[in-house]
Amino acid sequence: MTEKEAHISIRDLTMAYGDFVVMHDLTFTVNRGDIFIIMGGSGCGKSTMMTIMIGLKSPAKGQVFYGQVDFWGSDPQTRDRIIRRAGVMYQSGALWSSMTLAENIALPLETYTDLSPARIREVVKLKLALVGMAGFEEFYPSEISGGMQKRAGIARAMALDPEVLFFDEPSAGLDPVSARRLDDLILELRDSLGTTMVVVTHELASIFAIGSNSVFLDASQRTMTATGNPSTLLAETKDPTLRLFLTRGEKS
Amino acid sequence: MPAPAELQLQKSAEDTLTVALTGSWKLGEALPSADEIQQKLDGKPAIKKIVFDTRQLTDWDSGLLIFLVDLREFCTQQKIPIDDSGLPQGARKLLALAAAVPEKKDARKAAGKVSFFTHVGSETVDFFRSSGEMLTFIGDTVIAFGNLLRGKAQYRKSDLGLVLESCGGQALPIVSLICFLVGLILAFIGAIQLKLFGAQIYVADLVGIAMVRLMAAIMTGIVMAGRTGGAFAAQLGTMQVNQEIDALKTLGISPMEFLVLPRMLALALMMPLLCLYANIMGILGGMVVGVGMLDIGFTQYYNETVKAVNLWNLGIGLFSGIVFGVIVALSGCMRGMQCGRSASAVGEAATSAVVTAIVGIILSTALITVLCNLLGI
Repeated sequence: MTEKEAHISIRDLTMAYGDFVVMHDLTFTVNRGDIFIIMGGSGCGKSTMMTIMIGLKSPAKGQVFYGQVDFWGSDPQTRDRIIRRAGVMYQSGALWSSMTLAENIALPLETYTDLSPARIREVVKLKLALVGMAGFEEFYPSEISGGMQKRAGIARAMALDPEVLFFDEPSAGLDPVSARRLDDLILELRDSLGTTMVVVTHELASIFAIGSNSVFLDASQRTMTATGNPSTLLAETKDPTLRLFLTRGEKS
Repeated sequence: MPAPAELQLQKSAEDTLTVALTGSWKLGEALPSADEIQQKLDGKPAIKKIVFDTRQLTDWDSGLLIFLVDLREFCTQQKIPIDDSGLPQGARKLLALAAAVPEKKDARKAAGKVSFFTHVGSETVDFFRSSGEMLTFIGDTVIAFGNLLRGKAQYRKSDLGLVLESCGGQALPIVSLICFLVGLILAFIGAIQLKLFGAQIYVADLVGIAMVRLMAAIMTGIVMAGRTGGAFAAQLGTMQVNQEIDALKTLGISPMEFLVLPRMLALALMMPLLCLYANIMGILGGMVVGVGMLDIGFTQYYNETVKAVNLWNLGIGLFSGIVFGVIVALSGCMRGMQCGRSASAVGEAATSAVVTAIVGIILSTALITVLCNLLGI
């Protein structure tokens, strides 16, 4: 593999709600083309980590670097410009319920490109086809199943051909087969588009199937305890908490 | 009919207490409590062990388990070992399961007593914080409006159309009904007094001025607060719960421009029109009473109304209408945007939106009335 280039770096980050510190001293790097897993038990702050990386919540301390740019140290315009190069798939899809799927995907295109309406329609059709939902353009989010909403959410996140895609618990609430298909989709997109993926999840099957790099957030110590390829971590770790997590509590 | 639950305590050996459980130990029936054993043990420090005899136990469910958990807690405090081998196997396993993860002591909500001063202090801090949030929101709205004037605001024209329709045309029936009846009621009340002086004709003045200057705007405002303000808060609140607003933000689309602006604009545009319509309905209501009951001629009533109501009255009424529209839209959108992430938070947001709007309407009415008085109009 070629020399890896850092895409997103987290330095000495502390996240907190008011006085309550969720995690402290987080330092890790997401490389370009990684499928980077943020893992940890429920309530350890995985999703909060993501909200900080996508600019919805400011960190209590520390920095997030996109390339060389200090994300939270920049002015709002720069932040806006950086985050426009990122796509986010929210846990529930978070499609705008008053718009059809086509309108959902078209909105970022209408806002940020000068494409003609006909061209936008073609892009929408392509993105929906990529996530296996061709023909659902005129459906409203409430008319399709949860798994389809998530996939449509990915299609919307990909609308502007982002450099990095964030996924918040992609397989939560999906049956095993749909969850597997979603994993395959993430792998496929990374391989063919070279997009950096950041996935927040605690599904072991997904973690090992797609993760090329990861960070483990330990709720009891309120900090990260490991970072690296999940399979390597499983083989080498001596930390009982991480081992328990990666083996689903089964004794080996 | 199963035998009732009973508890028998025997000292089977010098230091052993046998607890015999008989009958049906099910929730909803009268069950003996663990206190009985506690009382018995209190007097006998010699007991070093508790065993169970459940051969006569016919039936059990959580009722038995609660009893056993109580008993175990007490015995752990007193350091008396329990031998659970006499219990049914299922109960034994469930008991072990309940003890598998120790109770997290700091997980309990702190329910400590809050002193009066602490309470007043935190309420005051909250009040200032929420006032600050309100000002921030108003500021954001003004910025969004500025962007609109410069033609840079990101919103969908079709959204504006939809909101215009829902807070304009669709509100007509309820506004008609309410304002027609308010006009009617005003005329009735006025008529009773004015009849004493034989001045029935002034019912037209009373209804005309009251409706056009004030009542139409207030009634429309309150109807819209309940109808549209609550709906705005619920819509935006649900979008907040579904992370739809987060999705807008991460795309760099300002929710203030995309969601709040069209709603604000629609209400501010529609409220004066609704007020104008409400004026007509109110005067019609008064006319029904005047012409029907007080034997005032139709033309006479009309002429009297035209004579009484001047342009200032109409202007103040329409101005109030615009102000109320902005207040209703502002409180609805603000409460919706501030909404928490649960279903009950959406309900609170809707309630709070309506309350804020109505308080705002009454306060600004008072302000406008005083101002008009000072200006002599």
